[in-house]
Amino acid sequence: MNAIQLIYLVPLLPLIGFLINGLGRKSLSKTLIGIIGSGVIFISFCISVFIFLAVSKEGFTVQNIHYFDFIKFEKLHIPFEFQLDQLTAVFLLIITGVGFLIHVYSTGYMKEETPEGFGRYFSFLNLFVFFMLLLVLGGNYVIMYIGWEGISLCSYLLIGFWFKDHENNDAGKKSFIMNRIGDIGFLLAIFWLLSLFGTVSYHDLYNSQNGFISLITNVNTTDLVGISLLFFLGATAKSAQIPLYTWLPDAMAGPTPVSALIHAATMVTAGVYLVARSNILYSLAPATMTVVAVIGLATAIFAAVIALKQNDIKKVLAYSTVSQLGYMFLGLGVGAYSAAVFHVMTHAFFKGLLFLAAGSVIHAMAGEQDITKMGGLGKKMKVTYITFLIACIAIAGIPPFSGFFSKDEILNAAFASNPLLYALGLGGALLTAFYMFRLLALTFAGKFRGTPEQEHHLHESPSSMTVPLVILGVLSAIGGFVGIPEVLVGNGNKIGDFLSPVFAHSASILGGHQNPHQTEIILMGVTAILSIIISLWAWKKYKGKTAFAPEANTLARVIKNKFYVDEIYDFIFVKPYRSLAGFLNNIIDKKGIDGVVNGVGRSVNYGSRQLRLLQSGQVGSYLLLMVIGMLLLFIIQLFTK
Amino acid sequence: MLGTYFTFPELLLWIPLVTGVAAIFIKNARSVKRFALISSLATLVVSIISLCFTDIAHHPEYFYYNNVSYVWMPYIGSSFSVGLDGMGFLLTFLTAFSYPLIFAATYKTEWKNANAFFALMLLSQAGIMGVFVAADALLFYFFWELALIPIYFLCSRWGEEKRIQATFKFFIYTFTGSLLMLVGIIFVYLHTPALSSDSAHSFSLNAFYHATLQPSQQDWLFWLFFAAFAVKIPVWPLHTWQPFVYEQGNYPAVMVLSGLMVKMGVFGMIKWLLPIFPAADEKFADLVIILSIIGIVYASCIALIQSDLKRFVAWTSIAHLGLMAAAIFVRNSSGLQGVILEMLNHGINILALWIVVDIIEKNTGVRKISELGGLAIKSPVLAMFLVVIAFANIALPLTNSFVSEFLMFNGLFEFNKWYAIVAIVGIVLSSVYMLSMVQKVLFGKLNTLTEKAQPMNAGHKIVLTVLVISILVLGIYPEPVIHLTQGTVTDILRSVIVK
Repeated sequence: MNAIQLIYLVPLLPLIGFLINGLGRKSLSKTLIGIIGSGVIFISFCISVFIFLAVSKEGFTVQNIHYFDFIKFEKLHIPFEFQLDQLTAVFLLIITGVGFLIHVYSTGYMKEETPEGFGRYFSFLNLFVFFMLLLVLGGNYVIMYIGWEGISLCSYLLIGFWFKDHENNDAGKKSFIMNRIGDIGFLLAIFWLLSLFGTVSYHDLYNSQNGFISLITNVNTTDLVGISLLFFLGATAKSAQIPLYTWLPDAMAGPTPVSALIHAATMVTAGVYLVARSNILYSLAPATMTVVAVIGLATAIFAAVIALKQNDIKKVLAYSTVSQLGYMFLGLGVGAYSAAVFHVMTHAFFKGLLFLAAGSVIHAMAGEQDITKMGGLGKKMKVTYITFLIACIAIAGIPPFSGFFSKDEILNAAFASNPLLYALGLGGALLTAFYMFRLLALTFAGKFRGTPEQEHHLHESPSSMTVPLVILGVLSAIGGFVGIPEVLVGNGNKIGDFLSPVFAHSASILGGHQNPHQTEIILMGVTAILSIIISLWAWKKYKGKTAFAPEANTLARVIKNKFYVDEIYDFIFVKPYRSLAGFLNNIIDKKGIDGVVNGVGRSVNYGSRQLRLLQSGQVGSYLLLMVIGMLLLFIIQLFTK
Repeated sequence: MLGTYFTFPELLLWIPLVTGVAAIFIKNARSVKRFALISSLATLVVSIISLCFTDIAHHPEYFYYNNVSYVWMPYIGSSFSVGLDGMGFLLTFLTAFSYPLIFAATYKTEWKNANAFFALMLLSQAGIMGVFVAADALLFYFFWELALIPIYFLCSRWGEEKRIQATFKFFIYTFTGSLLMLVGIIFVYLHTPALSSDSAHSFSLNAFYHATLQPSQQDWLFWLFFAAFAVKIPVWPLHTWQPFVYEQGNYPAVMVLSGLMVKMGVFGMIKWLLPIFPAADEKFADLVIILSIIGIVYASCIALIQSDLKRFVAWTSIAHLGLMAAAIFVRNSSGLQGVILEMLNHGINILALWIVVDIIEKNTGVRKISELGGLAIKSPVLAMFLVVIAFANIALPLTNSFVSEFLMFNGLFEFNKWYAIVAIVGIVLSSVYMLSMVQKVLFGKLNTLTEKAQPMNAGHKIVLTVLVISILVLGIYPEPVIHLTQGTVTDILRSVIVK
């Protein structure tokens, strides 16, 4: 049987898992909940593998599968449809594969929860996977939008999973609201598309002669730039880019596996998917491409700088995620779409791994997240330590681990577009190497700096947690080999070749801007060597550190306080909004509008008199009489005709 | 078949009217409660049957399919004429669907003078049904009043301390609006063509659609009708009665008011305003849309800082209705289709929200948002319901109102991009106030008041399950409702544009 016919099962199974665990959370045992929750994702993963194989076959063409009409009247037609192509197939594997590992890990990590909480957790996690799959499977922007908001919902629910603490709830709320700001962009782009083309199906927009292809001769029109910028606004919220990134660091309030799955491996890459999916639109709007590249690069560097001074293990990783997403957008902005998707994949491996390993550390430290109170954990937690190390090497861009290849491809494309982009991107990459090895050294090297009780409590995590670590470790190490640059190995860039049909149109629009082979090899060498040097330097600097003085210079303090962006937003948006609400309520409404109304009432001197009449029922009875009169009139007419 | 003797629209009227009158004579509080529930269920059954039997898709003449007309006052050209188009079917169904749920959800509440209370409730149902089925302007006005009067009594006799004051304000607002409309109706009537030899003019809907009105006459007539409908909705700045009445009123009456009577205003605008004054629509559309959009932002801001749950719900409703009013006046198919769909969806969502607020107040004894907290610990099922309902209210995809809001915003965008850009800020503001409320009520730690909260009873669970299933079904598969009502949209737009 053809696996593609079973594609509806891929999202449906997690949905069923959500329903079973959600409704049965009181009666099912924890073991059963864990098996159901992880099992459905595993089956989805298996189907995804078969789908991937079917897609990789020679002669595969894009599949559109129509299920039912979601909205249909007059000229507006939005079907509930799926579209399967290479891009979707890659995302399916990432989501279900990494998703499955994180589900398994969660069975260990969340063991202390009550059965009720355990069931709630797994049902939310399954629901998240459902929406994420819907997002990448949807055959038009509205279906994508359903998934798009659905993952925001799950993010909200899971960040605030421990809802007794208002700090968690605030973080969840913030995540949802900031994402909604982005949703405005997404929705307006959809409306704009509808007014322009009358359809939002990818097939009609990108593969038919009436869609964007018809605009190919006039690039950079208001329509193209407007729509692409609005979509990008959506992407900046979902993928935590400047200026809408501040929710992601706060989202670390959720359970750590949630951070790994949602806030590192999958949800936050939805923005990258959106742009990659709309690549033809973006390629037709070079002005937007520039914006995407600049915002991506700025975010990459800005977040990396903040990560230098953070002491919370998850916060470092959160800013690192923001920064890495910035690289993906840099890649998209310079037209290296498949490189960006490649980085999504390797990032899912190593960042998922970093979070899970961090979870293992936090588990061992009984909830402690401050790295200044850790140190020397490597001795007690060998598996966690080694896998964390692998992930650090991968993210730092040291060959031949996975991050090297994907980041190199992006930087290489950036150089071809503009050497300045490359230089700044390289700077950010070196910052990455530095803060990651600082994190590694402070956590695992040197002497333990916590309390004796904590030291006594230290232990390696159970195998349900370490096995996913090892698998992701292997993937982080070797995952890059699917995208070896052509200059090193002919036909080495398997993933690039696989994705090329998706980006073929864009390639022809943009034209090929290739670096000469020599330049490419030099750049690669420079990146690799500098990354190694910086990594070793950071490791040496921090491995024996015991004392942590408060930051002395102003710049360091500003960085440590994340450039006060949250405070600035609070001052510019949140506080004035609250004051406005109070002003409208107390002054305009009560004194202004209602004042006028009451004034009119009083001036006619109606108030007290009518009040009495109404109370005694006189006005009412007058009206009632009127109605009864009309009723009688009608009945008389009816029977005397 | 049933239709041979009684048409469905008639039955939908007669059942609540007759049982409403009969209820006065049932002195036993328990019996009258049960009687009212059974009556409302009977109406619901009729409404469901009528939906099943009327195959609108294959009968383009559907409007007259269920239309029936008796001679009433031939000498002035008024007849007892009722009929249902797609929108009418939808709204009578919403009315029939809401009452049993209201009765069931408040079944445990004890009322003084229960017979009067339930009689008035049923009479209000008859009035609302009448508004939705009337095809004669005089009849429409008659039912408009018939629907309001029981509500005045319900609000002024059963409720909280300042209920009289609140009802008085409500009365002044609506009564002024109604009188203005009556003047308008009479004036339009005098300009209608004769449809029979008995009289020179006619009150029938059809005659009103063909009245010969100069644009200069339309200019002021428009506002007479608008006043009556806008007060009910309410369109900003005619809203100040609403938070007050909702706060002071008893739950069943408030549910009727916000779930159904508000829709009378929207319905009136679509059916009795747009097609009659096309020139004035054109002229004033921008003004009305701007007022409505101000209303969205204004109400959304104020909702955030409400401390009383009932006032909170009132303000959220004003915000949602602002969008609906704006979408009516864009006068395109997407906007109108969205509004019609939203009437059903908003009716369901706000009813569900009221039921939850009622449960919270009954189970904890408070409804001040700041005094609540941690209810999710004590009552996880209630928390689940409230979360789903809250997200339906902020139009999350796969809940019902996503589709309708999507269509309304799309219609607004088609009309004018900039209006849509401002109005759509509402989706952010709505998530701000809704999630803040949810957080303060459900999450955090228990306090001394919420510690003692009772669990939900089975009746509440059933009612809320029905509502939540409706929310999801309509959100996932809205097409049947769109299919049912698209004929209305076409008809209305035709008369708006052709003349």
